[in-house]
Amino acid sequence: MNPTLTKILAIMRKDIIAELRTREVIVSVLVFALLVIVIFNFAFGADRPIMEAVAPGVLWVAFAFAGVLALNRTFIPEKENACLEGVLSCPVSREAIYLGKMLAAFIFMLAVEAITLPVFALLFNLPVLSFPIILTTVLATLGFVAVGTLFSALAVNTRAREMILPILFLPVAVPVIISAVKASTLALAGQPWGEMFSWLQIIVAFDVVFLVVSYLIFNFIIEE
Amino acid sequence: MKLAEPRLSYALLGLSFVLVTVSLLMIFIVVPTEATMGIIQRIFYYHVPVAWVAFLAFFVVFVASIMYLWKRDRKWDTIAAASAELGVVFTTLVLITGSIWAKPIWGVWWTWDARLTTSLVLWLIYVAYLLVRSYIAEEEKAARFAAVVGIIGFIDVPIVFLAIFLWGTQHPSPVIFDGGLAPTMLATLLISLAAITSVYFLLLLRRIAIKNTEIELNNIRQLHD
Repeated sequence: MNPTLTKILAIMRKDIIAELRTREVIVSVLVFALLVIVIFNFAFGADRPIMEAVAPGVLWVAFAFAGVLALNRTFIPEKENACLEGVLSCPVSREAIYLGKMLAAFIFMLAVEAITLPVFALLFNLPVLSFPIILTTVLATLGFVAVGTLFSALAVNTRAREMILPILFLPVAVPVIISAVKASTLALAGQPWGEMFSWLQIIVAFDVVFLVVSYLIFNFIIEE
Repeated sequence: MKLAEPRLSYALLGLSFVLVTVSLLMIFIVVPTEATMGIIQRIFYYHVPVAWVAFLAFFVVFVASIMYLWKRDRKWDTIAAASAELGVVFTTLVLITGSIWAKPIWGVWWTWDARLTTSLVLWLIYVAYLLVRSYIAEEEKAARFAAVVGIIGFIDVPIVFLAIFLWGTQHPSPVIFDGGLAPTMLATLLISLAAITSVYFLLLLRRIAIKNTEIELNNIRQLHD
């Protein structure tokens, strides 16, 4: 196998093993996402027409906030026990560290969403388990972790730590949130692919641009 | 550069004074009142140039951020930081003047229109930029991290605009370059643009000078400790 790819996968495996031993991130983020959905249910009332109108918004608020929570945890544990120095002294490039950590965060987020979506479908009796919504979720999550992993590394090195990530991440992620909500709304309404396509295009453009830019810029964050 | 700076500042101060005076005369005396919107339309002569210059300010942050990461010269970081502060101030002015215009014309202070929402998101991104700076004590690290945010933030702007534009717009589309503007109106707009741009560069120079003095003072203090 390509040696760089091996290194990227090694970093990713390290994060996944750590997560499997503690189950810290996935469990707490999942509970948080479900809580957001339940709280929104109280905020809007459980009327069927209202719920149908706000469901995509509720789903994406839950995923965006859960994303912030999960992304904070990509670098805070590394910082707590000075593990980052260990990772940095490995014979891997900074870019490989970025991609490895990004992939691990991507998998954690997908795991949380894979449980949240069916629960959401069950609780609100809405057909959110359709292929268009799953595709939107995967693409939007990739955009979240692409820019979120970079900002997470940045936030953990500031005095404010976990406070700075949502302030940075949410405004930058606005295009993904808008597009994901719109695409999910169209999918829930049973619209054909045509209209959804332009929204998915924006998400894909965001994914590509920020994967490339974050990849290029990441080594400026963890220089020391 | 140190010796030339005060002279350039004075020149810009004089230029800004003349241009702002002329633009105010044009706006309040020379230019005719717009037929459908009435007197409130005159705010447009400051609203539009301020929006353009705010965007220029963020572009300067973007370029200076790239230059800082490339050259590691503190000069570029000072320019980026000063320009980001000005950009936030100018964006705030855009949001305020826009609201003043919107109230009598649209009947509401705010509407979730593409250009308005993009300006608001832009404002939030650069407020976050300033917060990142303030949360880092080490100057070299603050400069580095801020540069990263300055680059990401600016690259995000077209995507934000595209998404929000598709989402829905009601802002009057620009009529400036397709001959929809009377000659005196265009002249007033261009003079106001020159005035605001000159004020921006004047404030930028002064802010950089103050930052340099701060850095010098810090150095002296460290020598004494």
